[in-house]
Amino acid sequence: MTRTTASRSFTSLLRDAASKLSHPLLPDDYLHLLNPLWSARELRGRVVEVRKETETAATLVIKPGWGWNGSYQAGQYIGIGHQVDGRWHWRSYSLTSTPVQDDGLIAITVKAMPEGFLSGHLVNGLAAGTIVRLAAPQGNFVLPDPPPARTLFLTAGSGITPIMSMLRTLDSRGDLPDVVLVHSAPTESDVLFRHELHELAERHPGLHLHEQLTDAMGMLDLANLEAVCPDWTERQTWACGPPAMLDAAEVLWTSRGLADALHLERFSVDLEGAGGEGGTVTFSRSGKTAVVDGATTLLLAGEAAGVVMPFGCRMGICQSCVLPLKAGSVRDLRSGTEHVAGERVQTCISAAAGDCVFDV
Amino acid sequence: MAISDIKAYAHLTPADVEALGKELDALRREIEESRGEKDAAYIRRVIKLQRGLEYAGRATLFASLFPPAWIAGTAMLSLSKIIENMEIGHNVIHGQWDWMNDPEIHSSTWEWDNAATSESWKHSHNVVHHTWTNIVGKDRDVGYGLLRVTRDYKWKPKNLAQPAVYTLLALLFEYGIAFHDVDVSAVKKGRKTKERAKEQLRDMRRKIGKQMTKDYLLWPALTGPAFLGTLSANFTANVVRNVWSNAVIFCGHFPDGAEKFTLAEYETETPAEWYLRQMLGSANFNGGKLLTFMSGNLNHQIEHHIFPDLPSNRYAEIAVRVREICDRYEIPYTTGHFLVQYGQTIRTMLKLSLPDSMLKATSDDAPETASEKKWELRAEREKVAA
Repeated sequence: MTRTTASRSFTSLLRDAASKLSHPLLPDDYLHLLNPLWSARELRGRVVEVRKETETAATLVIKPGWGWNGSYQAGQYIGIGHQVDGRWHWRSYSLTSTPVQDDGLIAITVKAMPEGFLSGHLVNGLAAGTIVRLAAPQGNFVLPDPPPARTLFLTAGSGITPIMSMLRTLDSRGDLPDVVLVHSAPTESDVLFRHELHELAERHPGLHLHEQLTDAMGMLDLANLEAVCPDWTERQTWACGPPAMLDAAEVLWTSRGLADALHLERFSVDLEGAGGEGGTVTFSRSGKTAVVDGATTLLLAGEAAGVVMPFGCRMGICQSCVLPLKAGSVRDLRSGTEHVAGERVQTCISAAAGDCVFDV
Repeated sequence: MAISDIKAYAHLTPADVEALGKELDALRREIEESRGEKDAAYIRRVIKLQRGLEYAGRATLFASLFPPAWIAGTAMLSLSKIIENMEIGHNVIHGQWDWMNDPEIHSSTWEWDNAATSESWKHSHNVVHHTWTNIVGKDRDVGYGLLRVTRDYKWKPKNLAQPAVYTLLALLFEYGIAFHDVDVSAVKKGRKTKERAKEQLRDMRRKIGKQMTKDYLLWPALTGPAFLGTLSANFTANVVRNVWSNAVIFCGHFPDGAEKFTLAEYETETPAEWYLRQMLGSANFNGGKLLTFMSGNLNHQIEHHIFPDLPSNRYAEIAVRVREICDRYEIPYTTGHFLVQYGQTIRTMLKLSLPDSMLKATSDDAPETASEKKWELRAEREKVAA
């Protein structure tokens, strides 16, 4: 037995013993009252710095508490919960810090969206010292190790955030091979991490930067991608940005038979998709029903009917809203996939496809 | 024989009752929309206070060989257990704080410091009692299957033992409610499978085992030479909590004027009439801030029964509005001093241990129950007297 496992099993023995004394609660339920970070039951973090990046974006540097095992991959996102008016709201953001730098801190960069409720609060309403909730890092939008010999990063707006973590990671490892970054933003002052990107490009001859300043230059036309990255068909590509851009990329790469070389990260949910055909949704435990169309999410339908619906991110990422479908069928508005009775479905991004029943 | 026609009993037209229901719906929405940071801060503060009090009490008991420390430790632990069960546990399990979307203060995850599991409590209390409130034969909280608290139930010789049975129930209340949901009679009547009852018994035993290990073995052992002092202190705190929570709960539906209902009333009931049944079937008691807090706001039993899942810290302001509504509709609003309300409960229980032949009033017009015939009977009596 190695020393680490010995000390870990001693810790867990101690935890077990302490739990018997604190039954039915956990020791964490008492300890986090002394220090909010002393709880492994619910992952928490303290915001140690709020750094303004642009007029509408800020980086939150967070010190995670107990229960954070410190491992994540560049490109992954975390869930962050913040209490506004007494209510916890959850969203997911890409980590912009690098896992290579082991200082016990993580960072996310948030852009305040005009229609975004929580993003505005995170950018403008958060002071250093604020305690937030965290959900473990996840996501498959990551670089392999070692990275491909030739890479294209295709980003727009806050889509640069997961890429920033990747660039910082490659930079920290001192291994930044041939990378082209094609990034779109309205003006220079809207480009996140602009100073750092240029500084990186100066230090690494392999990093080529193309800034598409759309106010002056217009939108990037993917049909002319050759103009900014002539060998894009020979590169592994990671793309992150608005749905329209990602859809266009998907079409282009697929038409060239290169779908395998394209890696996508979708931030926002485009609910304009397929759409079920609607129906009567019955919430059996609360005895309530709602007649809805095929575009209204089950979560909204339930809330409008006065049912206490579990919810989290409201954009299909965190799984907090998942409920078992007892009868009938629903459609995932993003993918168009139909789910049938017996499956657990995400109510925030699904709509009724005919009559259905939920046990809530 | 209890109330079968709630409108006739309350002298209200169907339109009156519907209007009443609309007013209460509006009140509910108003409170729901105004929930916010102040309320969230309240429950967090209460949780902090309770856990602090608990550990201060347990720490003090390390000196439990020294009598003043025993008294102080026992007092703190008793208060903490009362607050944990009543202002926190009962209300969190009702979902009063679910709106916060906080996984640590949520009805789906909360487990309380009580012999009953939260899951069984949710069923026996939130579902059975709050849906079927005071319906004779349906709401199992009317006497808990042990006591005759209304003459709507037939007298049986075993009722003679009521004073002793009640004393035991009060002392062991947490075990009483733990066993309550197992509902052995339902198995006998074929409404529940034997397997399900066995499963429930197993869960109950497991929880009780953990609770007893904590209070009667581990904490006493931790205090070393003070083992017996700590053991007796923990036992006392559990009993104090049992007796107090029993008293508060019995004041909710058994004082004079808290009416009982028949199944016939329920069968045709509209949502507005459900509200009315909750109002007529529940009783409050007056109390200052401390008594209110220590009863988990259940001195606002009427308001709690109208809106079981609105945050308890808002019941006091809701009560002002409900009372005004009751005055306007001329609906009785049962309340009184705590000792008077509890005194009536005890008196009824003692009185009803006797057979009906020794009772004067009938179940159409008795202190603890009445029916819509009450008014007719009273008018006739007045005529005879005149």
